[in-house]
Amino acid sequence: MSHAEDQSGSRRDFLYVATAAAGAVATGAAVWPLVNQMNPSADVLAVATKEVDVTAIEAGTQLTVKWLGKPVFIRHRTDEEITAARAVDIDDLRDMLAENDNLDASADASDMNRTIDAEGKWLVMMGVCTHLGCIPLGDAGDFGGWFCPCHGSHYDTAGRIRKGPAPRNLDIPVAAFVSDLVIKLGKDGE
Amino acid sequence: MGGIPHDSYEPKSGFEKWLNSRLPVVGLIYSTLMIPTPKNLNWWWIFGIVLAFCLVLQIVTGIVLAMHYTPHVDQAFASIEHIMRDVNGGWALRYLHMNGASLFFFAVYIHIFRGLYYGSYKAPREITWIVGMLIYLLMMATAFMGYVLPWGQMSFWGATVITGLFGAIPGIGETIQTWLLGGPSVDNATLNRFFSLHYLLPFVIAGLVIVHVWAFHTTGNNNPTGVEVRRESKAIAEKDTVPFWPYYVIKDVFWLVVILVVFVAIVGFMPNYFGDPVNYVEANPLSTPQHIVPEWYFLPFYAILRGITFDILFLEAKFLGVLAMFGSILVMALVPWLDTSRVRSGRFRPQFKYWFWLLVIDFIILMWCGSQPAEGLVPLISLLGAIYWFAYFLVILPLLGVTETPLDQPKTIADDFDSHYPPTPAE
Repeated sequence: MSHAEDQSGSRRDFLYVATAAAGAVATGAAVWPLVNQMNPSADVLAVATKEVDVTAIEAGTQLTVKWLGKPVFIRHRTDEEITAARAVDIDDLRDMLAENDNLDASADASDMNRTIDAEGKWLVMMGVCTHLGCIPLGDAGDFGGWFCPCHGSHYDTAGRIRKGPAPRNLDIPVAAFVSDLVIKLGKDGE
Repeated sequence: MGGIPHDSYEPKSGFEKWLNSRLPVVGLIYSTLMIPTPKNLNWWWIFGIVLAFCLVLQIVTGIVLAMHYTPHVDQAFASIEHIMRDVNGGWALRYLHMNGASLFFFAVYIHIFRGLYYGSYKAPREITWIVGMLIYLLMMATAFMGYVLPWGQMSFWGATVITGLFGAIPGIGETIQTWLLGGPSVDNATLNRFFSLHYLLPFVIAGLVIVHVWAFHTTGNNNPTGVEVRRESKAIAEKDTVPFWPYYVIKDVFWLVVILVVFVAIVGFMPNYFGDPVNYVEANPLSTPQHIVPEWYFLPFYAILRGITFDILFLEAKFLGVLAMFGSILVMALVPWLDTSRVRSGRFRPQFKYWFWLLVIDFIILMWCGSQPAEGLVPLISLLGAIYWFAYFLVILPLLGVTETPLDQPKTIADDFDSHYPPTPAE
């Protein structure tokens, strides 16, 4: 390109591109705060842990507590429920992962990986159907666990999806016993 | 506004000339109102006016309701009761607004099916159709967010389920859902932004309505024969048309009054007929109602959403349901390019007619399915209904254009008109 016009043209092209690029960056910088303001605010994100005394929960009953605006099911399972949940072959499950935030993401959905204690008495789960977020009903459904009335998802006694439109087992939040009968939901400083 | 030849505005007085050379607004209104309109339009064409009325009704009642409503989770439900009991005439304003949404959707569905039957979407009216579909989508978004504002049980759980749809998108779904809600669940942040957008979107709709009218004023209206208005000259065009004002204004307003008689009777005597009583229970994040149902106008698409209960390959049933629901509206928006028939009006398409009415029946059956719990045969019927919906647009319409032998069409609109209303012999 030896012509003077072409040189001035390429210089002009450069200015066009540079202006357009600066304009795009400026537009993006102006739009981002408008988008970001819709993300959860600081007070919503503020650390939320909750300690729950489970002394009063008898075998075969459950307590629903509200945590982070959502219900958490804390169930004291009976021996029959534990036996039923442990008798299930993992290969028969729709979701073969534990969905347990306390474990590695690849942990399988065996009953041991679902409960908070080794004996399998205590099951702590988000009470939010993994389909579209309704609250499943306890002691209901074809598998003796939970049943979501919205679109008919059935969960077993370990909260694992067995039938219906829900894609995943009920999620297990970060939770641990901090003393014999007190469960702490959530993690400090998260 | 181009298109069919017609008289244009001639400023007469000094003031009119002064104004016209600065802002030709009177000419714009004149051209819009005096647009030559096919003289054979039937009753199915009155719903444009009904829809325009609904938009104005919703904006006017909405603005005054916003003067008394409080978008906060602690006070929203109580402020609705305040409107119902304490605000002067508040009950009437709210019932008009609530039932106005139902009238709006009733009219828009007739308007859409009228367009589908008479081929109003076909060239050169594709832009009118697409803009109409955008208006319909915005109507759905506006109605959905408006329904959340009273903060009743159905408001809360409807919002939870519908925003949950976005969570179904693989990978980024949860981030999008949290962004939409402003937190891990439907809460005050959600209510606030829904109120803001519910106030905004009707004005966006109003802008698109202007574009919609602009588009079909450029192409001219379709009509029951689907035959174009002749436009060689003004004299010939006048054989096929009458000016919108006063002929169609009077006809449309007459029908608007008839419809409003029924509407006001519903508002006055059975204002909660279309609503769900559960929404008079305040929202409770810890208790899901036994049976979550959206408002009646969303039921067919809700049924399609629930109709998909099986995974395909790596895609989960939940995401497929969401795709099917949005896809069912997308295929309808693409119908100008899916219908291969050269004949516009269903009146001259002997096979098309049956498939079309089957689509209407399908829509009604899906509406029923959406209102029922997802048990027994309902999911299967929903699935079959969804399959027909897609088949109509993606298979039947493309094939019919090839296989069907259309009937003879009248040469001109005037011929069609004269065969229905023979001209009186010259005196």
